[in-house]
Amino acid sequence: MAEKTLKRVDLIFSEDNYREIIEKTFAKTDDEIINEMIDSGLKGRGGAGFLTGLKWKFARDAKSTNKHVICNADEGEPGTFKDREILDKVAQKVFTGMAIAARVVGAKKGYIYLRGEYRFLVPKLLKDLKEFHAIMKAVNFDYEIDIFMGSGAYVCGEETALLESMEGRRGEPRNKPPFPVIEGYLGQPTVVNNVETLASAAMVCKIGSQSYKRLGTKSSRGSKLFSVSGDTPIAGVYELELGMSLQEFVDEFGDGDTKAVQVGGASGFCVPRKKFPTTIIGYQSDLEGDNLPTGGSMMIFNSSRSMYNLLRNYLDFFVEESCGQCTPCRVGTQQLIYGIEAVKRGDKNSSYLDYLLKLTETMKMTAKCGLGQSVANSFSSIVTNFKEEMIY
Amino acid sequence: MVEVESLVKRLVNIYGRKRESLLPVLQGVVEQERTLTEVTLKIVAQELDLSAAQVYGTATFYGFLDTEPRGEFVIRVCKSITCAMKGKNQMIKTMEDTLKLKLGETTKDKKFTLLQTNCLGWCHKAPTMLINDEVYINLDQEKVIEIIQSYSRKGTY
Ligand SMILES: Cc1cc2nc3c(=O)[nH]c(=O)nc-3n(C[C@H](O)[C@H](O)[C@H](O)COP(=O)(O)O)c2cc1C
Ligand code: SF4
Repeated sequence: MAEKTLKRVDLIFSEDNYREIIEKTFAKTDDEIINEMIDSGLKGRGGAGFLTGLKWKFARDAKSTNKHVICNADEGEPGTFKDREILDKVAQKVFTGMAIAARVVGAKKGYIYLRGEYRFLVPKLLKDLKEFHAIMKAVNFDYEIDIFMGSGAYVCGEETALLESMEGRRGEPRNKPPFPVIEGYLGQPTVVNNVETLASAAMVCKIGSQSYKRLGTKSSRGSKLFSVSGDTPIAGVYELELGMSLQEFVDEFGDGDTKAVQVGGASGFCVPRKKFPTTIIGYQSDLEGDNLPTGGSMMIFNSSRSMYNLLRNYLDFFVEESCGQCTPCRVGTQQLIYGIEAVKRGDKNSSYLDYLLKLTETMKMTAKCGLGQSVANSFSSIVTNFKEEMIY
Repeated sequence: MVEVESLVKRLVNIYGRKRESLLPVLQGVVEQERTLTEVTLKIVAQELDLSAAQVYGTATFYGFLDTEPRGEFVIRVCKSITCAMKGKNQMIKTMEDTLKLKLGETTKDKKFTLLQTNCLGWCHKAPTMLINDEVYINLDQEKVIEIIQSYSRKGTY
């Protein structure tokens, strides 16, 4: 392993005076806060990478007496565990981000949609919430946050499935538009933001967009948490500047024998060794399609690992977690498994893989939500980069 | 049955008689009973003024809202890639041997159910598992046996 070369950042996990951040921010007008957020370049950390300030502006401009701000803590993407770490260590920072969003858009009620797997966090979160509600009272702001528990469904992390789930229904994604900022929870304007986005928003308000912008690159502002796992001696959560190359990342985190890195979880991309130097981690790298690998999941594999097993594991995941609502995803994911198994057994020849690649392209175009659309990401990047392993 | 009925009534009093209360109510039942029977689902439907089909449809969507009989302690072993790489199959084998059951089954004394689940969000401390709401990380064979033994002593029976 090389010496530590990547710059570490310490924004997300720093201890802060939240009342001070809230008072300082609430002294500004809504427009000033929105402009500061937009200027900071902060983009959603939950996967889709939408400009946070713009999302807040849309919800602010929507006409309704009832609005909501929801923190998406469903964190189900394989290889991601940074949101839990944030809620465990600095939950008040997330609540602060929620309160600022609520002030801007005019919401009185907030929810944390917490995945069922993290239920053990609830007692601590309730304690943190109590302190936070005391701050709200002290600054005379009418805002209350509740916890809503998920029950073991990855697709409920998709924002409209999350809303369906909160409304007591199956977690089946809705058509978009209308977007949640216009018609969200109970049909009312709703901001859904990722845990890390909200914590970062609080920090933008604390240090100002000018300082925040100094981190990262032009298209990828700020710092980002990375969940590092797999074949690495130092697995864990790390806050790094956006814009590093995968080579730099592997030099620091790999075990010296890294064969591939899966960036962005099962719905992300698999990058082989030869592409490490040219792959940049951020919002504009040449890897990115519609679904940007910005969730921060970095799974490292060394040369002892089978890429066929990797793909098989991801496909099993998608088959199980597909909500089954639309045919391309429900049937497509199953056919992909049958397909790669047939090729592996030798029942189909290797050109059948091209046929399967076309199927994933069709899924990308026709599936209703990001789950079905993103199967193509891992499938095509694993199959094209490790074709021999799929066949022999 | 009276017991489940009063449990549902109590939960509905806490969470309210709205469709939005459905998940919290079902979760509350599972926390106590570990499983949702047909009878329970009908009671919930009645209390929330929904059709039984709506309640059944919602319940069966969620992995943690079990509609099959489960033991007092539901073990869910993470099967996502990192846990798979770090030996989750061995953990399962160890538990199958210790509990004398197969993956997916419940022990005869209704104490343990052994299942697999998708990523638990602890890949940096793999392999991992959940027993009811409790998380266990950095597992190895010895640890797993110890944990199972401590639960064996716990039970309410
Ligand atoms: C299948 C699927 C699962 C998702 N899971 C999550 C999740 O667990 N957490 C999250 O913040 N966003 C998740 N998203 C993205 C959300 O739909 C949404 O874009 C995000 O919560 C918006 O917040 P942000 O703008 O702060 O990133 C998921 C999307 C899809 C398609
Ligand atoms: S793409 Fe898959 S998960 Fe998304 S709506 Fe269609 S079936 Fe459901």
